[in-house]
Amino acid sequence: MNTMLRINRDTCGYCGTCVAVCPEDALELIDAYLSLERECIACGICARACPLGALEVVHEE
Amino acid sequence: MKSKYDMLIVGGGPAGAIAAKTAAEAGCTVCLIEKRPAIGTPIRCAEGVGREILEEFTRPDPRWISSSIERAKIIVPNGTAIRLDQDDPGNAVGYILDRKVFDRELVWQAAEAGADVFVKTRATAPIMEGGAVRGAKVISIGTPIDIRADVVLAADGTEAQFARRAGLDTTVPLREIMSCTQYLLTDIDIDPVSTDFYLGNDIAPEGYLWVFPKGERTANVGIGISGRKSRDGSRAKDYLDRFIAENFPGGKTIEAIVGGVPVCQPLPCTVADGLMVIGDAARVVDPLTGGGIGNAMFTGRLAAKVAAEAISAGDCSKKTLMPYDVGWRASRMGASLTRNYKIKEFFITLDDRKLNVLADSIASIGLAEFSVSALIKELIKRNPKMLFELGALKSSLS
Ligand SMILES: Cc1cc2nc3c(=O)[nH]c(=O)nc-3n(C[C@H](O)[C@H](O)[C@H](O)COP(=O)(O)OP(=O)(O)OC[C@H]3O[C@@H](n4cnc5c(N)ncnc54)[C@H](O)[C@@H]3O)c2cc1C
Ligand code: SF4
Ligand code: SF4
Repeated sequence: MNTMLRINRDTCGYCGTCVAVCPEDALELIDAYLSLERECIACGICARACPLGALEVVHEE
Repeated sequence: MKSKYDMLIVGGGPAGAIAAKTAAEAGCTVCLIEKRPAIGTPIRCAEGVGREILEEFTRPDPRWISSSIERAKIIVPNGTAIRLDQDDPGNAVGYILDRKVFDRELVWQAAEAGADVFVKTRATAPIMEGGAVRGAKVISIGTPIDIRADVVLAADGTEAQFARRAGLDTTVPLREIMSCTQYLLTDIDIDPVSTDFYLGNDIAPEGYLWVFPKGERTANVGIGISGRKSRDGSRAKDYLDRFIAENFPGGKTIEAIVGGVPVCQPLPCTVADGLMVIGDAARVVDPLTGGGIGNAMFTGRLAAKVAAEAISAGDCSKKTLMPYDVGWRASRMGASLTRNYKIKEFFITLDDRKLNVLADSIASIGLAEFSVSALIKELIKRNPKMLFELGALKSSLS
């Protein structure tokens, strides 16, 4: 099973709150585009902090 | 863009802009970079600022003042409102800014003082040599460039990735990030000279909801809740939508923004060899109010002054830059950060019943002074048992 972070860019308001709480410095806000730039441990902290619910840790078979 | 400057400033918010202006006026060559294509937008702010701190840095200008504030109200779950009035009616205690214009004005002033400014230019990593920061790798409208500098000021706000990549841990604990949503609502009934704060665990858990007037019938209506209280179905936006449906059903949203405010303690150290951290990136937001504009400007100016001296002395080691860190901690701002952090940590433990009791104890008296510390002092006086833990702070509440 594969665990990964899904970014819903239609919901994202590109505010950087998720960037500030990520313990791995995995996220990067490039203008209005939130990008997963480095290794993500799928801890879900960013998904909790997001004011809009644009992030989701998903488990794929 | 030159390949070498005395000072490189990463981030074009109030911290970076004031630092750039101060350093350019001190005779340094300065480069200010901002990753967004336009300074000041989208805003990440409720735009409230105290008159005194603002005037320390620039003269209030109607071009970027949306409204003048004469009072504040704190409204608890049972509806009781604590009113903070000022003694001198008609005189502003603070302002609601138009930050899109304000932030530009500050960068403009920096440019006029001689700083180079580049937008859509993002620092991706520090240039490190022998453990010291010697500049930054940037991407400027698609082109990768190395910019070298004697000192880099990290003014990159909440995200604070520059200092992190230079080895300082800037991660904000989930419980200490305020997860925020705000609408610019128009066509609503408000008190146009009052900043209103709503408290309560069903309204804004471990945070508050604000109504900051931007005109006669327009306001920034927003909310911040603790990251640990944020979940599907009960996120900042959900709480805000519920409040607005109940209180401003006819309001029209003409701008919607989100953001995160760090209300943790400041970084354990805000300097390193060749590096200084200022503003939100240094985590110097007032943890009780979430206000950070004033502290960003204050730390920006102080850091630039210390850096300018270090540059002219030809030594930008951590030791030489240390007076900045020591200086802001010893300042009034430093003392109030320490105190307000303790107050915040205590207040988030209070349930709605206690909030109501506290508000009722004080609602009928007129507070002589318009300040958070005067309010807290009065609350401790009237509720010594409930606020026993805060008693030790009494002497610091001047
Ligand atoms: C919803 C909300 C409401 C708020 N309300 C208030 C209020 O009413 N009053 C108040 O005083 N404060 C308020 N604040 C806090 C206030 O907005 C900040 O404290 C203030 O903007 C801090 O200024 P700064 O210069 O440190 O950072 P910022 O203003 O955040 O500026 C940082 C800049 O750095 C840029 N940047 C980031 N990374 C890079 C990079 N790698 N390269 C180049 N540029 C980069 C960003 O794009 C940004 O423009 C609020 C914050 C939020 C989120
Ligand atoms: S916290 Fe949410 S809205 Fe903000 S940048 Fe991250 S995903 Fe987007
Ligand atoms: S899931 Fe965890 S590691 Fe991955 S981006 Fe989010 S906070 Fe960072």
